[in-house]
Amino acid sequence: MTENGKDNISRRKFLRETAWGASIAAVGAAVGASVTRKAKADMLWQIDPHKCIQCGNCATFCVLEESAVKCVHAYAMCGYCNICTGYLEPEPYALDTGAENQLCPTGAIKRTFIEDPYYEYTIDEPLCIGCAKCVKGCGAFGNGSLFLQVRHDRCVNCNECSIAVACPSGAFVRVDAHQPYLLKGANDEE
Amino acid sequence: MIRSALLIVIAVCLLITCADAFGIQRFPPPDFETGHQLPGTTEPGARSEIFEYVDAAVLIIALSLASWLILKKRNRRWIFMLMLFSLGYFGFYREGCVCPIGAIGNFTLSVFDSDYAMPLGALIFFIAPLVFTLFFGRSFCGAVCPMGAIQDLVLVRPVKVPKGLEQALRLFAYLYLGLAVLFAATGSAFLICRYDPFVAMFRLSGSLNMLVIGACFLVVGVFIGRPYCRFVCPYGVILRQLSRLAKKRVTITPDDCIKCRLCEDSCPFGAIDEPEAPWPEEVYKQRKKTLALLIALLPVLVVLGGWVLGGMSDSTARMHASVRLAEQIYMEEAGLAQETTDPSSAFRGTGEQVADLYAEAVKIRGQFAVGGWFVGGFLGLIAGLKLIRLSVKPTREDYEADRAGCLACGRCFSYCPRDHVRIKELKAASG
Repeated sequence: MTENGKDNISRRKFLRETAWGASIAAVGAAVGASVTRKAKADMLWQIDPHKCIQCGNCATFCVLEESAVKCVHAYAMCGYCNICTGYLEPEPYALDTGAENQLCPTGAIKRTFIEDPYYEYTIDEPLCIGCAKCVKGCGAFGNGSLFLQVRHDRCVNCNECSIAVACPSGAFVRVDAHQPYLLKGANDEE
Repeated sequence: MIRSALLIVIAVCLLITCADAFGIQRFPPPDFETGHQLPGTTEPGARSEIFEYVDAAVLIIALSLASWLILKKRNRRWIFMLMLFSLGYFGFYREGCVCPIGAIGNFTLSVFDSDYAMPLGALIFFIAPLVFTLFFGRSFCGAVCPMGAIQDLVLVRPVKVPKGLEQALRLFAYLYLGLAVLFAATGSAFLICRYDPFVAMFRLSGSLNMLVIGACFLVVGVFIGRPYCRFVCPYGVILRQLSRLAKKRVTITPDDCIKCRLCEDSCPFGAIDEPEAPWPEEVYKQRKKTLALLIALLPVLVVLGGWVLGGMSDSTARMHASVRLAEQIYMEEAGLAQETTDPSSAFRGTGEQVADLYAEAVKIRGQFAVGGWFVGGFLGLIAGLKLIRLSVKPTREDYEADRAGCLACGRCFSYCPRDHVRIKELKAASG
């Protein structure tokens, strides 16, 4: 180092300076490697409704007290049936809206008469706990128009989604934040 | 020949009709006579991306402020205030996510999985504290990290941890970092986020296990300063190494050490190094031999570490869901498992080939074997370097804040009489 005119630079200092430069270069390289990735957009968690097996984990494994997963309805797929297997218990006491006849444990599905013989089923989201009982019922005997989705107004987008860890069928996927829903019917063609 | 061709055609036709039938709705949607309009499925949006950049800006401002307070202002009270702000903002308001510690997982995955992109906000969170540490030491740990802050708050009766024990316990943090990188790189898990002890507290909800573990850290933290930061934090061990190289560093005294020994017991994290005279000649010669032996031992430790962790790939690979599934399916096929599990029945429902699953599991195991060698080698290297450090005598004339271990909390400043002189002179100068 003496030839540089810096007589007082010690070997230790020289090594430290070199390591410092190397670290800065490494950090720069890390940024470069990460920024030049193909995919650019932010990602959010979502459920692929075609992979969901309605195990019920969504209701219990979310870090939120009230799960961010809720049931949603693809109305265009619904048969508007009178006897709805997503709404009613498998063997109901009576074909009415009595609590004992409803499949939903929280009574979150609202049934409205449209015209004979059609009824519309709407999810009261604040009541829904994402247990997928209705999804299972609808998929078993109906059109499968009820399905679960992560609601992004509730989801805190954990780095590692706790439900995704617990999901037995690998239905939780990261999706583009600009199109954060995997709706049945709508994007089925894709 | 013709017959088999015919059979294939029939089979294909059948398949097509089956696929068609799969898509057909059991009950066709009704044609309403009353002209009822079908409601659409609602899609509530997520938090705007702008907030991500707001968070990143707050982080950089907090880091700059922390560095200034620690290096220039030298005022524990202000550092403490900033720490409280960080606990409030990054902890309770932003609910502990995104954080630089967990971003290790995102960063690793973004390097190894080309389909995964790290959000720019998370990348800034990962990089900014590293850069600041290279310039100003661990100001992130001192006043910006909410996990450090919550532990700093409960530290009321610090107990000294023997140096050797501290060194040994710290190896766990390196192991944790190594495993976190291994699991993130193979796409198995974000270990650091899964076992974040304080995020459940920040959110005021979460799994009971993690709440209990977090509470344990806080109870231990009453006596042992910042146990997570010192013995567990995987980001901390990266910052330690960068902090050794930092351009500016925390100094106990603002100018000259007068060796008054007042600061000796002021650090609850055992990060104050005492002055040390060089070894006497005979000890020096003896240690030189030990050092030569340890340097020779270093490659052995590296290979040993790699061999152990690489050889454990069958066990470590179970962190990956596909490997667990493949093992369960194998047990079922072999008649060793009586009951199916949710994942195995879900897999059978998809109609995917078992052979494909096995092939994937074998591939992932291979990745774990290779990754295990690297991570194990890294751990062996760390253990070896630790041993080497012990037989190298640092010579110091003054009391100094340890370059790597100092968490920049600023507790020692007020213990230094020279700092009191500095403050008095400042007051006199400002009138």
